[in-house]
Amino acid sequence: MSVQNESARSYWRENIRIIMTYMVIWFAASYGCGILFVEELDQIQFFGFPLGFWFAQQGAIYIFIGLIWAYVFSMNRLDEKYDVHE
Amino acid sequence: MSLDLLTYIFIGGSFALYIGIAIWARAGSTKEFYVAGGGVPPVANGMATAADWMSAASFISLAGIVSFIGRDGAAYLMGWTGGYVLLAMLLAPYLRKFGKFTVPDFVGDRYYSSTARTIAVICTIVISFTYVAGQMRGVGIVFSRYLHVDIETGVVVGMVIVFFYAVLGGMKGITYTQVAQYCVLILAFMVPAIFLSMQVTGHFLPQTGLGATLDSGKSVLTTLNELSVELGFAEYTQGNKTTIDMFFMTAALMCGTAGLPHVIVRFFTVPRVKDARVSAGWALIFIAILYTTVPAVAGFGRVNLIETINGQDNTGVEYTQMPAWFKNWEESGLIAWTDKNGDGKVFYSAGNAFENGKPSFIEGTGDHGERLTANPTANSSEVYVDRDIMVLANPEIANLPDWVIALVAAGAVAAALSTAAGLLLVISTSIAHDLMKKTINPNITDKQELRYARLAAIVAIIIAGYFGINPPGFVAQVVALAFGLAASSVFPVIIMGIFSTRMNTQGAVAGMIVGLVSTIAYIVYFKFMGGTADQWFFGISPEGFGTVGMILNFVVAMTVATLTPAPPQEIQHIIEDIRIPRGAAEAQVH
Repeated sequence: MSVQNESARSYWRENIRIIMTYMVIWFAASYGCGILFVEELDQIQFFGFPLGFWFAQQGAIYIFIGLIWAYVFSMNRLDEKYDVHE
Repeated sequence: MSLDLLTYIFIGGSFALYIGIAIWARAGSTKEFYVAGGGVPPVANGMATAADWMSAASFISLAGIVSFIGRDGAAYLMGWTGGYVLLAMLLAPYLRKFGKFTVPDFVGDRYYSSTARTIAVICTIVISFTYVAGQMRGVGIVFSRYLHVDIETGVVVGMVIVFFYAVLGGMKGITYTQVAQYCVLILAFMVPAIFLSMQVTGHFLPQTGLGATLDSGKSVLTTLNELSVELGFAEYTQGNKTTIDMFFMTAALMCGTAGLPHVIVRFFTVPRVKDARVSAGWALIFIAILYTTVPAVAGFGRVNLIETINGQDNTGVEYTQMPAWFKNWEESGLIAWTDKNGDGKVFYSAGNAFENGKPSFIEGTGDHGERLTANPTANSSEVYVDRDIMVLANPEIANLPDWVIALVAAGAVAAALSTAAGLLLVISTSIAHDLMKKTINPNITDKQELRYARLAAIVAIIIAGYFGINPPGFVAQVVALAFGLAASSVFPVIIMGIFSTRMNTQGAVAGMIVGLVSTIAYIVYFKFMGGTADQWFFGISPEGFGTVGMILNFVVAMTVATLTPAPPQEIQHIIEDIRIPRGAAEAQVH
């Protein structure tokens, strides 16, 4: 029982670490590039868009998709590693 | 063939398809009515979630808002997509493992309290009502335009259709109908967008088209900026909202997305925890196809609108020369013109053309045949264009073929109906299942429960219709308020329910009440009691206040929880159990 508990706990810790990593990217892409630093990034041109504007209206969304799928694959690996998959 | 006839054929044909599917997949048991028997594959579920999600607000209103407010529209674009990241990582997998029907089910069981459940039911109902009201207005706009009636009559027609549609099938019917609706609505959005992009820039993809360079040698966005400044507007690629308001509004929309009961319930319908994560991934891909196209539609639409109304030389065009769409929308009351300088030309520029921002029409017509209005302002702006018509009017403004215009109408109806149906299901489930069966009278039979569910749907449609006729804002703004409520009430208690083993009934109840009440109070004060923008708390708009409510919810809940006893041992076991994916299939049989 205690071995199982220990394993469940470290599975959860790793899960939290993965979530935290992706949340940092999530925050940086949307609130960072799209809102807080949008004026600075607008100085850079990107395929005809001011970069900050592009992040705010398109770029952040592409990153969101990437993040969910990265999470799906990370968790599938983690589930197998701890043998908790279905 | 006339445009009207073509529109009726497209809308009628798509309806026949949805109703056919709904009958084919008709819900037999209560369980199927609520969650489609847990057997929907992730791709189909992702598509249905996307249809459920992309409502009249996304389809009709979003591009209009972005078109009129420029870069600030990003709060909606990022908010309504970024929430899926939260949903996939913080909520969906654990709620699927928990394996119940509804959000109040989770709150009630996790916080071992019928008080918590009842408050969650109230939150769910308030959120869904606000949201569905926005949809009814969207449906009303579509029908008013294509049936050539007032928006009020349009809303009533919409109510009748939604009623027959939502009460017929349950979740199972809705899931497969929504897959069909997604296909119709995405086609209806993308076809004109691609046409527009090809026409304006020669790019096939609208996403890259917005960055293209025009024949004049300037980019689309530069042209747009110059046009805007010339007419007295702010530059299109610059923001007007303060950074703090943008930040809070985006956060409210994101967390609200993750807390919306009708979206969360989708993740109960997949077979395994793994599928819940994958479903969120698919849903966001399907949603992003539309959302990344919106900025392009908004940009092209704005250039076309200004050039059509003001003419190539930007001095205005004779009212008698205005194309048919201008007069059709005037008939619906969503466009108005008043000839302030007496030159007979329509001229669009910055500033409200009418007192309070909206025209109030009076009987009779003016010298040029325009509808008379009672409240023109003193400035030089002569035209009122309702933001909500942008997407519907876009193909007409750009002179696209009639079948594209008819397709857009069918898509708009699909978007509004799919979401309205999903929301009505949540409302009727909350009342019949969470309130009647689980709280008031556990002895009612399945049949009675279904009857209560249908009765609740009827009442919901009537109330929603009222708000659709008397809305406190544009479609997307009404809907944004629902998100604020979801972010401040449901979202925090679910997160704490999963990630904290220490969170107890007292904390959750106090948090939900504080979050919901503070947000409602703020919204009511500023939207209905005449509060003004300079009184905003730290410059945060009512749309962004949900984030403040959410923070209050978290702080109050955690403070109260540390002062009261920890939850019982068996609850802590439940929490540990939902964190592990294995066993979700068994958890479903209960």
